[in-house]
Amino acid sequence: MNVQTHIPTSAQAGARSAPAVPNKMVARDVKVFYGAKQALKGINVDIQENKVLALIGPSGCGKSTFLRCLNRMNDTIENCRVEGLIALDGEDVYGKSIDAVQLRARVGMVFQKPNPFPKSIYDNIAYGPRIHGMATGREELDEVVQTSLQRAGLWNEVKDRLREPGTGLSGGQQQRLCIARAIAVSPEVILMDEPCSALDPIATAHIEELIDELRENFTIVIVTHNMQQAARVSQKTAFFHLGDMVECDDTEEIFTNPRDERTQGYITGRYG
Amino acid sequence: MQITVLVLILALLTVIGFQMGRTRAAASVGGRVVELHSVPSYHGFYVALWAGLPALFLFVLWTASEGWLIMQMVLASLPARLTSGDPQALNLLKADILNIAHGISTGRESDPDVVAAAQHYGTLRDIGDWSLLAVGSCLAVVGLAYGHRRIGPDLRARNRVERVVSVALIVCSLVAILTTVGIVLSLLFEALRFFAVVSPLEFLFGTHWSPQMAMRADQVGSSGSFGAIPLFAGTLLITVIAMVVAVPIGLMSAIYMSEYANPAVRTWLKPILEILAGIPTVVYGFFAALTMAPFVRVIGQDLGLDVSSESALSAGIVMGVMIIPFVSSLSDDVINAVPQSLRDGSYGLGATKSETIRQVVVPAALPGIVAAIMLAVSRAIGETMIVTMAAGLTANLTANPLEAVTTVTTQIATLLVGDQEFDSPKTLSAFGLGLVLFLVTLSLNMVALRVVQKYREKYD
Repeated sequence: MNVQTHIPTSAQAGARSAPAVPNKMVARDVKVFYGAKQALKGINVDIQENKVLALIGPSGCGKSTFLRCLNRMNDTIENCRVEGLIALDGEDVYGKSIDAVQLRARVGMVFQKPNPFPKSIYDNIAYGPRIHGMATGREELDEVVQTSLQRAGLWNEVKDRLREPGTGLSGGQQQRLCIARAIAVSPEVILMDEPCSALDPIATAHIEELIDELRENFTIVIVTHNMQQAARVSQKTAFFHLGDMVECDDTEEIFTNPRDERTQGYITGRYG
Repeated sequence: MQITVLVLILALLTVIGFQMGRTRAAASVGGRVVELHSVPSYHGFYVALWAGLPALFLFVLWTASEGWLIMQMVLASLPARLTSGDPQALNLLKADILNIAHGISTGRESDPDVVAAAQHYGTLRDIGDWSLLAVGSCLAVVGLAYGHRRIGPDLRARNRVERVVSVALIVCSLVAILTTVGIVLSLLFEALRFFAVVSPLEFLFGTHWSPQMAMRADQVGSSGSFGAIPLFAGTLLITVIAMVVAVPIGLMSAIYMSEYANPAVRTWLKPILEILAGIPTVVYGFFAALTMAPFVRVIGQDLGLDVSSESALSAGIVMGVMIIPFVSSLSDDVINAVPQSLRDGSYGLGATKSETIRQVVVPAALPGIVAAIMLAVSRAIGETMIVTMAAGLTANLTANPLEAVTTVTTQIATLLVGDQEFDSPKTLSAFGLGLVLFLVTLSLNMVALRVVQKYREKYD
């Protein structure tokens, strides 16, 4: 099913920047309800290929909810209802032709708290490729593990202890392990939900560098509470407030010349 | 009588002491309670403790030593011809004196000296009780007065009272520990008496169990051999059958309850499963003996197998059913304790629910599940009623689950049921068996606890 042609152009997004880069994912009028409570009130966002989109906003504004809609992680939450259109390469991710499990292999996720499985470092990385049957032989799997760890900048630190449990690593290393684990499945989009909030500044700097490198091969959406981080790592920024997307534009624009006074209030620290 | 009065007096004095202490504490600062080191009620408790504790100590000390002390005095006054016998005769004499003193008929004509001694005993006890009442009451009053006098704004009443409370807490936990130690020691000493008669090697490695001892020299068929291997083998066989039933069913139902069942189903399913744990084992025993055993027998006959009416299989199956709630409830808790973030991490990589459960959730919960199974095993090994009713008494050394076997616990129960003389190896062997059983379940529990601890360190 191809709905690319039916997707209306967003009123807010991309108004001032030429759409030179193709949209990897689009969200149109996305509403999310938890039971009777509405968490998102009609979100329109374009996610451009090989760019980093940062979602900022005060706590409880719906950033994480929106992020979890993009790979249907909200499916696991009881009485959560999603309305509107979310498309990946022009295909409705909530459509009948897409299975949530397959979708999540294409749209990977890294979480707020590092969550390595209680397995060895090697098995943590090999978990995804194994369940998806992506590597046929032992050597191929070794290769996937090595390249994933190298791209996550963790290889040199762990190459001598691949058989040790992943839970024995430091917090920053664990988070890079989780990123490597996500990369190993070769997703097209990586969603990151405050990936640095449990880490110290040095580990955070590591991860930020990594995000910038990963942009070459992946499309990244990152939720962050840290506005400096949003400014450092993203090309596009969307500001959420009370379930609405207030503004979405080039990161520079948002931080230097916000159009909405709520955005200005938040980035200058007046509230949030 | 005197003791009841003493207890009432002590209770009254502590209540009075509490009131007096509280009032005096408040009065000592002219009603400005904030100037006290401790709030007034702590001063009240302080005085109450002074009133109650010393007298209570005296009371405990007296009750513990009263009988022995008085008996020594009575025996000293008896003529030597009565007290010079061997220890057994002396014990008999003491019992006679006590019985007569308490007005219980000994069933035979008593020696006048013994009757006199019994009267003497009664008099001494009366004197003792009256003096206990007097001394105890005095002690309580003196304590109350002392505590009351010490009350002032600077008295650290809270710290004193809390120290007494912490000592009381320690004493309570000591009771549990000392009881365990006492049980173990009594088991150990009786078992040693048994091993003095029967060699431990024969007991542990012999293959023939027939504990009947010949009472007369010419009696036949009662050899008295104590090879416990058939019992251990029977216990093992039934435990294995029980675990084969309980572990898969318990684990699967735990996985269903924690991962698949919606909350509505879960809220009524879990309590129902736990009802299974509340059924008395005797009832399981009926079920095993009257329903399961004939059923197994009929099925076996249809298949052309020879099944004895008391089979290890039926007892094991019913025991397994009994243990299901153990395994499922504990495993369910452990699986629920696996952080949601691990499941999310797996789903986020495109894993299906079953892949997530098999490869992430169960491995993460495995230490806890192992601990649950260990506890279930020690429960199965110690279970008595079901096997007594359904597994039989024949000490059969067999691995065939269709035959009757007997277990360690069943044998202990049968050895000690009814009137028994406690000096024959037959009865003492129960303690030997008990000791082995205790050591096995103790080590299983210790391993289980160790595993659980390791698991906790990992996720907190």
